[in-house]
Amino acid sequence: MQNNVLEYLENIVGKVPDKIAYADENCGATFRDVYDISRSIGTFLNQQGHYKEPVVVFMGKHPGAIITFYGVIYSGCYYVPIDEEMPKHRIELIFQSLKPKAVICDDDSIKAIEEFDYKGARLYLYEDINKTAHEEHLLANIRDKQIDTDPIYIVFTSGSTGIPKGVVACHRSVIDYIENLSNVLKINEDTVFGNQTPLYVDACLKELYPTLKYGATTYIIPKSFFMFPLKLVEFLNDKKINTVCWVVSALTIISAFGTFEKAKPEFLHTIAFGSEVFPIKQFRLWRENLPNARFINLYGPTECTGMSTYYEVNRDFELHEAIPIGRPFKNTDILLLDDEDKLVSSGEAGEICIRGTSLTLGYYKNFEKTNEVFVQNPLNDSYPELIYRTGDLGKYNEQGELVFVSRKDNQIKHMGHRIELGEIEVVANMQPEIKSACCIFDDIKKKIILYYVGDITKAEVANFLKQKLPRYMVPNVIEKLDSMPLTPNGKINRVLLKENYK
Amino acid sequence: MEQILEILEGLHPEVDFETCKTLIDDRIIDSFDIVTLISDLSEEFDINIPVEEIIPENFNSAKAIHALIERLLEDE
Repeated sequence: MQNNVLEYLENIVGKVPDKIAYADENCGATFRDVYDISRSIGTFLNQQGHYKEPVVVFMGKHPGAIITFYGVIYSGCYYVPIDEEMPKHRIELIFQSLKPKAVICDDDSIKAIEEFDYKGARLYLYEDINKTAHEEHLLANIRDKQIDTDPIYIVFTSGSTGIPKGVVACHRSVIDYIENLSNVLKINEDTVFGNQTPLYVDACLKELYPTLKYGATTYIIPKSFFMFPLKLVEFLNDKKINTVCWVVSALTIISAFGTFEKAKPEFLHTIAFGSEVFPIKQFRLWRENLPNARFINLYGPTECTGMSTYYEVNRDFELHEAIPIGRPFKNTDILLLDDEDKLVSSGEAGEICIRGTSLTLGYYKNFEKTNEVFVQNPLNDSYPELIYRTGDLGKYNEQGELVFVSRKDNQIKHMGHRIELGEIEVVANMQPEIKSACCIFDDIKKKIILYYVGDITKAEVANFLKQKLPRYMVPNVIEKLDSMPLTPNGKINRVLLKENYK
Repeated sequence: MEQILEILEGLHPEVDFETCKTLIDDRIIDSFDIVTLISDLSEEFDINIPVEEIIPENFNSAKAIHALIERLLEDE
């Protein structure tokens, strides 16, 4: 039985060593390159004494970053991807939470890191360490001691208290996910992925690991192409990309501007999407223009390793309908629980709770938050069994398919990212002049609106927030108020703000 | 031009759009903005921006956007 994700790589390098595994506009890496370089990095990190600790990978979005992830796993450590596009404040919070001893940079990011207080960490340059001579006995010793519940990565997700939470995932849950996702998407050696999602979120697992498992190829699509639809389609056709797992907003960039009238993705046959509601008008355009392609909606929280449920579209939808999230992957179980922690009756909405090997290990150095959502299955009073409470409400439709209803709290999905409106408010309140701040989300126009009270201009607020928050969390509209509307209890009246906005 | 500046300032109140000529090159406008920008421009000027005009050169400055709009209005 496989119990380490690196076995995917070790198996495939013997079969197709010279095939391109990962490539971007400028360069490509073969499976042999991936194997050799990741073992060099693994050897190097271990020689430096790094073992069973987080290693920050602060690199641009290119094949070298992906290879470094595997190198970190070879060393017996776990990788923490950080991106230059993350704002300084967020990176600092992540460093404070991890206190990493090792950070791996590339030629570009090494300049950026100088701005940070990385204290005890040692900096290594990818270009310096990627040719280290392999020490096979070191790597073999590490492997011998690795078990499948050892962590392989930490990715950070928005936290309502203003501090991002680090989700820790292990070999076992990633293998479970990759096996079942690959079956649903029908990945094989002819698959050519076009990657859109950033490397610092778990969404990119969909391309990284199936590529190793099947000897497929992943092209990293430059971010700027997602502004210019014709260039994007040209890239897809040029690289013969046949499979994409994108956020909905990336797909609608193509369909919304009439791109299909000028150019069509000729090779695309599998289109997976998720993290957001697909507007049916846009979805129809896709389906009409690629009538032979498979469209698969995916749903799942980072806490349960990538995605947990899928739905392959097999019928038409009315404009007001939402595409179901379908059914759980094999080896994953969904419970819909009511307010009293009992299973809901059929057709009723309940909190989506997830059971299975796909559960991650929890939040890094945060037992309190972990214990709030990774809890004993309330339906089982006989032995320990964890479930993850998503905070999402779902129900089954007449066809028996799971449908997403809403959130229980102030978490939203925006441009494919999961955001706690509370985190934006906490950051806004850090600005000394701001007396009060409240965020609402316009579900129709997909805009984040920030209301604030304070002696400061909108432009100054925008500037402040841009330094502290990731780009996708910066409010789209900022409005100054003379006073904040309050409820009788003295809390900010969100409902009233939302009504007034409309 | 006034209307264009107003739309742009709505997206990024902190940027001086009258002088900036590298909106795309310096990633001031990104994929998050472009959808909003195009729909706002289409609505404001009652035009249809064809996909072949959605290229970096047409969005690098307020002036470039202005020229694009003028051209599209003339064609109608």
